[in-house]
Amino acid sequence: MNDLWKRLRRDIPAMISLGVIGAVVILALGAPLFAPYEPTQQFADGLSDFGTPLPPNERYWLGTDLLGRDLLSRLLFGGRNSLLIGLLANGASLLIGTLLGVVAGYVQGRAGNAIMRFTDLMMAIPALLLAIALAAILERSVWIVALVIALVNWVQVARVVYTETVGLAARDFVRAAQALGAGPPSVLMRHILPHLLPTLLVYGTLGISTTVMLEAMLSFLGVGVQPPHPSWGGIIFDSQSYLMNAPWLVFFPGAVILAVALSFNLVGDALRDALDPLQRRRLG
Amino acid sequence: MIVYLLRRLAAVILILLGVSAITYGLLFLLPANPVDLLAGRNATPEMRENLRREWGMDQPLPVQYAVYLGKLVQGDMGRSMAQKVEVSYLIGARLPATLQLMVAAIIASLLVGLPAGIYAATRRGTVPDKTAMIASFAGVSAPQFVIGLLMLYFFAFKLGWLPMGGYGAANIILPALTVAVANGGWYSRMMRSSMIEVLTQDYMRTARAKGLPRWRAVMGHGFRNAILPIVAMVGIDMGFLITNIVIVESVFGWPGIGQLLWQGIQRLDYFIIIGVTIAAAVVITLANLLADLLTPLIDPRIRLR
Repeated sequence: MNDLWKRLRRDIPAMISLGVIGAVVILALGAPLFAPYEPTQQFADGLSDFGTPLPPNERYWLGTDLLGRDLLSRLLFGGRNSLLIGLLANGASLLIGTLLGVVAGYVQGRAGNAIMRFTDLMMAIPALLLAIALAAILERSVWIVALVIALVNWVQVARVVYTETVGLAARDFVRAAQALGAGPPSVLMRHILPHLLPTLLVYGTLGISTTVMLEAMLSFLGVGVQPPHPSWGGIIFDSQSYLMNAPWLVFFPGAVILAVALSFNLVGDALRDALDPLQRRRLG
Repeated sequence: MIVYLLRRLAAVILILLGVSAITYGLLFLLPANPVDLLAGRNATPEMRENLRREWGMDQPLPVQYAVYLGKLVQGDMGRSMAQKVEVSYLIGARLPATLQLMVAAIIASLLVGLPAGIYAATRRGTVPDKTAMIASFAGVSAPQFVIGLLMLYFFAFKLGWLPMGGYGAANIILPALTVAVANGGWYSRMMRSSMIEVLTQDYMRTARAKGLPRWRAVMGHGFRNAILPIVAMVGIDMGFLITNIVIVESVFGWPGIGQLLWQGIQRLDYFIIIGVTIAAAVVITLANLLADLLTPLIDPRIRLR
């Protein structure tokens, strides 16, 4: 672990990314402290004389939106929804994917085959289209949106975990444990899962970038968390028809989504390199 | 070869069966009821019952699905509940535009991704390489709709170089480029690591030793070997691509199946949602097959079995 951190620390982009992630998380968690205004409050002076949103100015640092609300406050509070959904969805994807992948990879046989054929099927379905349809039909709470994203997103994890588990199941230390009479639950928990942790760490980090982007996309299509609760994608959805007059309403939330997604990607990539020195020598 | 094709086609049919079952089951198990929406708020229970019978929804779910499947094999995808038109007709009218955008997007992605990946691989570890790879990560991390909206703002609105949206030869450039930002980013990363592997091979050293200049060795011998994983990747990532295209269609008003799906979702027009999902699955699996069929053409050592 110490070693990992030492190697990670040399990766400058990853370190900057960690800083960005930390800052965004603190800002979102402390939104009530940092936000200059209430995110849903509409200001009479928040619109120009023609009723259009205000560009960034001294009073509203990032400008105002179509209803005269402070964009900065909405971004801060929106970050809570977007990050929460991203984390929940990612956690659920990891859980489902690991469970199915480990079982399929360790038990193999007919049950394992059935699980893997099912993941193949999920790859062939434009799963996201289905998720959009589901999200549109269901009541949209934070939980439902996170669940819908997880339903689409677990496949990748399951495939990676499956491949690794098949490899691990054939290794000597697993064979030895089996020969000593350890049952499947104990082999899985004590011998296989610990070896999967590095992979799960990498995919868990990369996955947040995906789930945050998926949340933004669902919100952009109008099927994310419902107004007036802000979310990063939702702000863009609300403002897209005003793009030509108020580009900052797309630019700022877009930049935040990009920064968060990129940071998690860079950290995940650096983790992968740091955990796999052999591959680093080969490809890096 | 023929056996291989038959086996793959059988797999395609199985996949489509699975896709239709999952989509059908999921939608009709949901609490929302399309008949209520169709009947309107003032409908009497009797009218609802009639409508349900008219659409065959008074039957148990497995029977409904069996009836749907029976019609599907004859090319009948049901009628749109809101528009009273054949779904197959609606999809047939929209699919060409989506396929055009797909092809344009793949070409644009390759044009962005391959040169960037080759460039980075041949300059591994240098500042240009690191810059290119962080840029590719940024492209991958940028939501497509944000890229699309920004492209609209700068290239169509501010600079006026390209049309704002709609359908046509010039109109396809911006949506295709939008998809290429993310997709090209992936391809460049794949191409880089693939090319780095290839560059260490003996035949590359031989090519250099017999006096070929570096770029001719890379392009003549390296490229053909390094491109294989990317071809496979284009096939595998079809599901991802088609979703991106649906999003981009809604940003640019491109008249493809994405728009149709969107209308279907908003009106809970179930047969349109199911039809579009199946059509997309057909495109995905066929594109997958096509990518696999292409590999032996690129690398004759590969035999399809």
